[in-house]
Amino acid sequence: MLTIQNYKKAESLAEAYELNQKKSNRILGGMMWMRLGNARINTAIDLSGLGLDTIEETEEEFRIGCMVTLRQLETHPGFVTYTGGCAKEALRHIVGVQFRNLATVGGSIYGRYGFSDVLTLLLGLDSYVELFKGGVVSLLDYADRDYDRDVLIRVIVKKKPVSMFYEAVRVTETDLPVLTCSAVRFAEDDAFTVCIGARPGRAILVEKQGNRFTSGASQETILEFARAARESVPTKSNLRASAEYRSHLVEVLVKRALTKVFLVTSDR
Amino acid sequence: MVVEIRLNGKLVKADAAADTTLFDFVREHGCYSVKCGCETSNCGLCTVFLNEKPVLSCSVLAARADGGCVTTLEGLQEEAGEFVTFIADQGAEQCGFCNPGFVMNALALFRENPHPTEEEIKEFLSGNLCRCSGYEGQLRGILNYLESRKQKEEILSN
Ligand SMILES: Cc1cc2nc3c(=O)[nH]c(=O)nc-3n(C[C@H](O)[C@H](O)[C@H](O)COP(=O)(O)OP(=O)(O)OC[C@H]3O[C@@H](n4cnc5c(N)ncnc54)[C@H](O)[C@@H]3O)c2cc1C
Ligand code: FES
Ligand code: FES
Repeated sequence: MLTIQNYKKAESLAEAYELNQKKSNRILGGMMWMRLGNARINTAIDLSGLGLDTIEETEEEFRIGCMVTLRQLETHPGFVTYTGGCAKEALRHIVGVQFRNLATVGGSIYGRYGFSDVLTLLLGLDSYVELFKGGVVSLLDYADRDYDRDVLIRVIVKKKPVSMFYEAVRVTETDLPVLTCSAVRFAEDDAFTVCIGARPGRAILVEKQGNRFTSGASQETILEFARAARESVPTKSNLRASAEYRSHLVEVLVKRALTKVFLVTSDR
Repeated sequence: MVVEIRLNGKLVKADAAADTTLFDFVREHGCYSVKCGCETSNCGLCTVFLNEKPVLSCSVLAARADGGCVTTLEGLQEEAGEFVTFIADQGAEQCGFCNPGFVMNALALFRENPHPTEEEIKEFLSGNLCRCSGYEGQLRGILNYLESRKQKEEILSN
């Protein structure tokens, strides 16, 4: 059982950072994942008094505070429109509304969970993480890093025009996903990203950023890419699905994703 | 630490340990409709409104609710009263254990979206588990309730 000795509502990010340097102290996000563990926390650091529970939308970017809940993100009209509904699709299957009114974007991204819809949704977009000490780093870099004791202040998503796809496969509604897949096509240069998560393992991009169909997108080139993804994306077995089944899903979902963003989307 | 919460409209000022959950807090203050049905933030039985939003009281600290406003079924007798008869009319429930969380979240849905579609109902309530029923009776009860509300609205507007 999780135990907490002291509770401190941080008055500044500097104070939160200082407190968080002690191994026995922990930052609280929504506490949803944390409470399933057996941590014995000396001081729980609450960031909820720092105004980080809002999504700011400017001409160039979305600035998503770490204390923004998953429910806020899935119902933010600007972000849902920008992602072509994918923000809603990615988050709406996570447990329930009451859960998503508590679970935070900061905790979800810091956690970099091996089943994360949240990470899969954001990784393929032009996304960044702002850290108190570490400054702004790309989400792609951050997703690869070990856990540290910095404070994640916000997630930034640049508003490059995109068309997007999201789908996760679940055995049962509201359970953890068996596989997650997103694809983003950037309108300005036709580059695309495909992201696979819940392999199980942290979400990764298939190939790298800046994939391009040099000979044009067609059913053949998409199928070729999807088959290659099946080979290159590492999958594992766990109690929800076998590695083999997951690899099969990789091909199916990647094909579906690229078909949607290249051949079905009618914005060009 | 001392926590101050407006619980069902009444200001409650009480001592709470750092790891006291909102669930423990509301029960200590007489709200026995709120129950705990799991240890994994999954079942929805412990649902209360925190600052008007439905949340899992088992998963949030009383300390975080400090200065906030909390509503349980005890504070919603009137709003809940009519609705629950529609559920009862369907004989939807068997043991009834899931009922308080289910009713709270259904009321949250009606507040947020007064005319939900069947899909929207299922989606909003997917975090409320029931181990006896197949959810069909509850769904029929909700649809009947919404229909009767619509008829009343129509009568009033004519
Ligand atoms: C039963 C259950 C089912 C779930 N199902 C899914 C699912 O299907 N799909 C999915 O994508 N996710 C799922 N999740 C994960 C969930 O969506 C959240 O990602 C998770 O709970 C973490 O978010 P939190 O706000 O609760 O963080 P917490 O549990 O509070 O914190 C998680 C970690 O992040 C650290 N942290 C929090 N905020 C910060 C910050 N600002 N800076 C630095 N460190 C920070 C904490 O110290 C802790 O180590 C599930 C979780 C549970 C408990
Ligand atoms: S008791 Fe099951 S979600 Fe709170
Ligand atoms: S009626 Fe028994 S759990 Fe729902």
